[in-house]
Amino acid sequence: MRKIFLLVLTFLVTCSLVGPAVAKKPYFFPYVNPYEATVMEVPAVYEAKLPEKVPTKVFRIHPFPERKTPDVFWYDQGLECSLVYQKDEAPLIFIIAGTGARYNSPKMIHMQKAFYQAGYHVISISSPTYSSFVINASKSMLPGYLYDDAEDLYRAMGLALDKVKSKIKVTDFYLTGYSLGGIQSAYVSLLDETEKKFNFKRVLLVNPPASLYNSVSRLDKLLDGNIPGGIKNLNVWYQDLLKSFSSLYAEMGYFDLSGDFIYKAYKRRPPREDFLASLVGLSFALSSADMMFTADVMRGGGYITQKNVKMNNSTSLTPYMMVGIRTGFTDYFHEYFYPYFHAKDPDLTEQQLIDQLSLNHIEKYLRSSKKIGLLHNQDDIIMEPGEVDYLHGVFGDRAQIYPTGGHCGNMNHPDVVRFMVNFFDGQEG
Amino acid sequence: MTKSIRVKIVLLITVLTILLLSGCSTIPKQTADTQPPLRQFDEVVQIEDGAKGEVQVSDPLEGFNRGVYRFNYYFDKFIFLPIVNVYTFIMPDYAEDRVSNFIDNIYEFTNFTNNLLQLKFKETGITLARFAINTTVGVAGLWDPATSMNIRRQPEDFGQTLGHYGVGNGPYLVLPVLGPSNLRDTTGLVADMVAFNYAYSQVENGWMEDNDIKLIFSAVTAVDKRKRQPFRYHGTGSPFEYDLVRTLYTSMRQVQVEH
Repeated sequence: MRKIFLLVLTFLVTCSLVGPAVAKKPYFFPYVNPYEATVMEVPAVYEAKLPEKVPTKVFRIHPFPERKTPDVFWYDQGLECSLVYQKDEAPLIFIIAGTGARYNSPKMIHMQKAFYQAGYHVISISSPTYSSFVINASKSMLPGYLYDDAEDLYRAMGLALDKVKSKIKVTDFYLTGYSLGGIQSAYVSLLDETEKKFNFKRVLLVNPPASLYNSVSRLDKLLDGNIPGGIKNLNVWYQDLLKSFSSLYAEMGYFDLSGDFIYKAYKRRPPREDFLASLVGLSFALSSADMMFTADVMRGGGYITQKNVKMNNSTSLTPYMMVGIRTGFTDYFHEYFYPYFHAKDPDLTEQQLIDQLSLNHIEKYLRSSKKIGLLHNQDDIIMEPGEVDYLHGVFGDRAQIYPTGGHCGNMNHPDVVRFMVNFFDGQEG
Repeated sequence: MTKSIRVKIVLLITVLTILLLSGCSTIPKQTADTQPPLRQFDEVVQIEDGAKGEVQVSDPLEGFNRGVYRFNYYFDKFIFLPIVNVYTFIMPDYAEDRVSNFIDNIYEFTNFTNNLLQLKFKETGITLARFAINTTVGVAGLWDPATSMNIRRQPEDFGQTLGHYGVGNGPYLVLPVLGPSNLRDTTGLVADMVAFNYAYSQVENGWMEDNDIKLIFSAVTAVDKRKRQPFRYHGTGSPFEYDLVRTLYTSMRQVQVEH
């Protein structure tokens, strides 16, 4: 009897040891095309299980309290940030949003929940390209220069922490960000090496561009290059888009925007790649229009708005929006951004400025600093050919590269969420 | 016509009159030092004559509409959402869902009349079947077993019916409290309201006869509707949110009218 009992026990122990390894399935993502992966919602089964509600406190900071907000931004009352908190002492992670995104965008909410579940306090910071960040927290009010963005972020993170300090007990600090927030995290980490306010224990860059200029050039082309006849036909393209939604509605008999619905519709009739690419392009064009308009108004106008003009809450902004959508990130760089830095340093060439806006520029730091890790996808659409491999080389075994997922399309995938959490816990993927 | 409808209609007419009389300028104020921007609209935006830009919607009352949009932002923030929060705090989620189902079931009436008016007999039948199933099996509409049987709601309103018969949008309107609309849909809203009130006043021994209950029903409907709408004024943070909402509302209605 005793023997049998021992046998059963041994069997159970062996099973539990071997079990997980056997059960671990290889990474699978339902969309193989990177544009599909980037745009389309995935069915619930390919998403990590996360808590529905997490304890959240939203608060505002005012890094430049003496600055007057122009009337046209009458609704803005400071930069909103959020804290997701644990009851007990816990490590705190800062997360930085991607281009044009706010602290509570869907991707940010997912990250908040994932890190809350893993036992972290989470402070979420909107992207320096987000309108309210430009209004309240950007010193130059001209986003995109990574050293300046890092200083602005660092200041905002410090103020955010001051606001909530009394509420939480923090052990250590961590940092992450996705897309533009990813490359900015690297520069914030670099700044922290001298400022030492947080002494980040670990920093993870999620789908960062290797070179800002290369990536924005690609994004600009997605819209202009995929609309039949170019961006001047945007209005015609938009009407076609509505027609395809309409026929999808008719075909399916109902309509919603859930991942399950979109996947079902996709299975029936996969959308064309040029169409998906133009959607990604449009989404970035809308973000860039917001950013350029805000920066231009804050800095007195002259780029897409008139100089010395008064706008208020009843002013029609539609014409500015239309100009903004038709103004690419690269136009902004050549016509507005570079001239500003050139005026400050007449020796600075465009190419030098382009080279500075990259991870390559701080490669030495990235190679030597063992606390920084990279999460990327081989098929990320914002990357030039070879750039992911280059970053893989720089980060070595601190890089985790998934074969598919597009640009940030797989951030909610159970394997990816597990990798992120394990990275900060100090375990390997 | 009952008193409450009359009050609502008078309110709407007043609002429309103010809208028509208002002449807020939507052009930015220029001064002697005003200089044109580097990227000018006429040079950057090329659209064929007669065509509309992707975010251009007929909006002759834009200045006033933007004012109402601002009013709604404050109304939401200081009155509407706090009430919604109290409601969701008091009510268990489970009970909230029962209330939502109950209200949806009552308003199948609007779907029924408008499907019928558009001669969509299949959809009219589906709506009728849904009402029958949910009222009986679903216990007076508290549950929605019809949807689980894949008998889906066929939403139609009088704005869509007008659109179905070729009535154009008319000028864009932002209604106080209710939000984005246009002349056609506002007319539809009033017509649906009148029809609904009339029908329920005809129901013998109707529970709607009692004014207190009617008031509670209207209030709960409003709160429930706001609760289910995740939109927050200026929640996008985009300086062009008014334009985005206007475009999306107009596009959404266009797609709905086509079905």
